[in-house]
Amino acid sequence: MSGTGARENVFATRMALTNTKLRLKGAQTGHSLLAKKRDALTTRFRAILKKVDEAKRKMGRVMQLASFSMAEVTYATGDISYLVQEQAKQAAFRVKAKQENVSGVILPAFEVDRVAGSDFNLTGLGRGGQQVLRAKEVYAKAIETLVDLASLQTAFTILDEVIRATNRRVNAIEHVVIPRLDNTIKYIMSELDEMDREEFFRLKKVQGKKKRDTAARDAEAAALSERTPPEFEEFGGDGEGTGDLLSSKDADVIF
Amino acid sequence: MSSSTKNRTLLAVIGDEDSITGLLLAGIGHINENQKKNFLVVDAKTQVSTIEAAFQEFTERKDIAILLINQHIAEKIRPTVDRYQQAFPALLEIPSKDHPYDPSKDSVLKRVQKLFGE
Repeated sequence: MSGTGARENVFATRMALTNTKLRLKGAQTGHSLLAKKRDALTTRFRAILKKVDEAKRKMGRVMQLASFSMAEVTYATGDISYLVQEQAKQAAFRVKAKQENVSGVILPAFEVDRVAGSDFNLTGLGRGGQQVLRAKEVYAKAIETLVDLASLQTAFTILDEVIRATNRRVNAIEHVVIPRLDNTIKYIMSELDEMDREEFFRLKKVQGKKKRDTAARDAEAAALSERTPPEFEEFGGDGEGTGDLLSSKDADVIF
Repeated sequence: MSSSTKNRTLLAVIGDEDSITGLLLAGIGHINENQKKNFLVVDAKTQVSTIEAAFQEFTERKDIAILLINQHIAEKIRPTVDRYQQAFPALLEIPSKDHPYDPSKDSVLKRVQKLFGE
């Protein structure tokens, strides 16, 4: 029996063979599709990776700038941290999630959604109002960078996960499903061949037996015909005589 | 997923006083109906357990899209940060005034480096 590897538990019939062949074809199509998807995702992933790296470095610079403007504020107005913390009520700076579709994977992209708020209008009223305003703008810019980075990073995390799952599927199909179906097909073929041979042998055997029987019957008939003709002549000889049939004994007839 | 991302509009911060002040000034501060803030000020006296708790809370809240954390604070709860793999909220490590940004410590950049294979 061939197909020594793992195979499906099926009866070796023609129908099972057709089914398995169809499934093999399906698996191969699926494999190529998934492989394409994986390649597309990986391309995207690499682009994002590069961008994440750049954005992280940019963020370092931007935040440094922001810290500096904060220092200016502190210098000009004194410590406003307590005031600012207590005034925070409703977020004026929010993000909106947008969606982007990359070969069936939904990647969220954050967008800055800023409501022109009048918060902290009174902060730095005494002195340093200019600096406070500047710091506000600088920080808003910094946060925009951060939001961009966050979308990149989220995309990165999601893509990473999806690529892993796709890879697993591709490998599973390539190394488990397809070989198993192959083995099943081989097994069914060998079983069918075996059955064919058996059938052929059986037919041969039957034919042989028939031949032998016919030969035996022929030989017998020949032997019979060799012995009968004289008797027929005997009968034919005294055809008109209406003698006693029982008086003469016939030869036994053997069939 | 779409419905869960739609509701996530806030940014949250765990950071030192200066970073928080700056970010709040830009307008990200929010206090919800349960009087929960979306920021945590960390100073030298703040316990690590407090930071951990805030981190857990912010990552479990459903209205936060991005969580910002100062890198030197992330350093204190590094195992928790490294274990964090979810897409939402996105976790960003930001530099602070006294602690310049070190890309080699960032948990995401570490993964990036690993994927590039060095």
